[in-house]
Amino acid sequence: MATLEIRDLHVSVGAGTDGSKEILRGVNLTVKAGETHAIMGPNGSGKSTLAYAIAGHPKYTVTGGTVTLDGEDVLEMSVDERARAGLFLAMQYPVEVPGVSVSNFLRSAITAVRGEAPKLRDFSKEMKAAMDALSIDPAFAQRSLNEGFSGGEKKRHEILQLELLKPKIAVLDETDSGLDVDALKVVSEGVNRFSAQGETGVLLITHYTRILRYVKPDFVHVFAGGKIVAEGGPELADVLENEGYEKYVKAGASA
Amino acid sequence: MGLDTRPLSTLHERGSFEVADFEVPTGREEEWRFTPLRRLRGLHNGSAAADGKILLEVDAAPEVTVETVGRGDARIGTAFTPADRVSAQAWASFTEATVVTVPKETEASAPTVLRLRGEDAGAAAYGHTTVILEPFARATVVLAHRGDATYADNVEFIVGDGASLSVISLQDWSHDSVHVAHQYTRLGRDARFVSHNITLGGDLVRISPTVAYDGPGGDAELYGVYFADGGQHLEHRLLVDHTVPNCRSRVDYRGALQDEGAHAVWIGDVIIRVEAEGTDTYELNRNLVLTDGTRVDSVPNLEILTGEVAGAGHASASGRLDDEHLFYLQARGITFDEARRMVVRGFLGQLIERIEVPEVREKVQQAIEAELDR
Repeated sequence: MATLEIRDLHVSVGAGTDGSKEILRGVNLTVKAGETHAIMGPNGSGKSTLAYAIAGHPKYTVTGGTVTLDGEDVLEMSVDERARAGLFLAMQYPVEVPGVSVSNFLRSAITAVRGEAPKLRDFSKEMKAAMDALSIDPAFAQRSLNEGFSGGEKKRHEILQLELLKPKIAVLDETDSGLDVDALKVVSEGVNRFSAQGETGVLLITHYTRILRYVKPDFVHVFAGGKIVAEGGPELADVLENEGYEKYVKAGASA
Repeated sequence: MGLDTRPLSTLHERGSFEVADFEVPTGREEEWRFTPLRRLRGLHNGSAAADGKILLEVDAAPEVTVETVGRGDARIGTAFTPADRVSAQAWASFTEATVVTVPKETEASAPTVLRLRGEDAGAAAYGHTTVILEPFARATVVLAHRGDATYADNVEFIVGDGASLSVISLQDWSHDSVHVAHQYTRLGRDARFVSHNITLGGDLVRISPTVAYDGPGGDAELYGVYFADGGQHLEHRLLVDHTVPNCRSRVDYRGALQDEGAHAVWIGDVIIRVEAEGTDTYELNRNLVLTDGTRVDSVPNLEILTGEVAGAGHASASGRLDDEHLFYLQARGITFDEARRMVVRGFLGQLIERIEVPEVREKVQQAIEAELDR
């Protein structure tokens, strides 16, 4: 069973002459295959930084702590090594890459992650089935990556990659933001379909409780001031829905 | 730029067939300031003896006539006046010209390929090519340049009323070759012209494509792809001169540069004259810088002398590979090297995939892969 362990993680953004700013201040979290964790918190609490630090974005510098996947040191790995080891980050703002078609991109990613190129026939079939399940127009396969996609199309395309790459641990960074209810349902169904297989741990980062009506978390963590300040079961989401983040923001600031 | 500014590129207005009418460039002139004159091997100052030769091999469509003619042939030199000293020198120095003719209302069933090959970069050669599409003709012409050469030439593309010409000019010279080319296009009424300049090989390559319109409804699309390696100087200077109403032009040139001393120059001049109402034009240049030590000069100039345009714009952007692109691809398990290739392939591929001749398109794709393997 895959396990992602984050211990006392400290992360700064920016470096050089104008100094760096510490964003994560000692994060502890364990995510196991089959579990769904929701990380909730106000804007600026460091939720997305956690996502990008796990994925290895060069903008963020880990200044302390450890991240391991099944005991392997994730922080020692390059971005692509992390992905091949089984980590996946569904991005909040997927970038547009002109001239790189969706099908070419997906095939390259699958080849990299699985270690061998899928047969063209099998790949086409697999891609088409996965696209159908997410109500993605087949014409998408020939379009440039994320170019001219609507917000909802971009998010569905992220979940498409999740389903095709079958990671051990999936981090979904505000995948629900900017989606209308219909798109939210489609995306949530994709996540549920995927996590129902029980082989992946899901770390769902969100600002709103709305998506938790469709994706049921096993654990809810409240993030404030760069660390987890409260933890509980799904009932904690209801508390947040009613009371907001205010008291945690104060707690985080004083900690 | 204000409306009263003089266009930077009205060179053709001072054009002449006499070499002596042009001063020897010193490198301070606007049109020469980016070009390393010392590497021109005398093409610009008359010191290059015309004892070299470019071998021509022709593979013509059955409907198309390709002739080798002497200087006196009445069909050559009608579409242009040399715009600079090298162009005038090439006009004064060639001994044989190539004339390609597509008869009126004839559609060529295959591309016509002119393979130009140099065998000695130490001897200067001069050339002249005239491509004539009679009214309502349609054809694709490929100019494939290879080998070792020091070469200056003028190419005329005369596209008659309602005719359509697609040209692919491939500059795939050896690393010590020098090529200075002028491509002069004249478009008749409702004529269509699509050009691809693919510049990959050569120590110094300087291509100056010019488009002039003789009647309304003309449509020119000028595409270019270049890949400059260490020490290479690849220069493209475009001029689209809108002198008649309701014509269209699109320019999209893209290049990649890698290693010390790689230098790309792109000048994109568009003039919309007072009488050219209803003009629709857009020009774009983008450069992808892959390593340190390279240099890009990109200068778009748009001169609008009428208030009645359908559309006019330009853009230029040069930069490194985008970290966010690489991160996104790497976050899906793709290695840095492969991610870099995918981004470059995608960037140049959007133009390469427009090349309508499959063999040429594949050849260019392979050449780009070879560049990326370096």
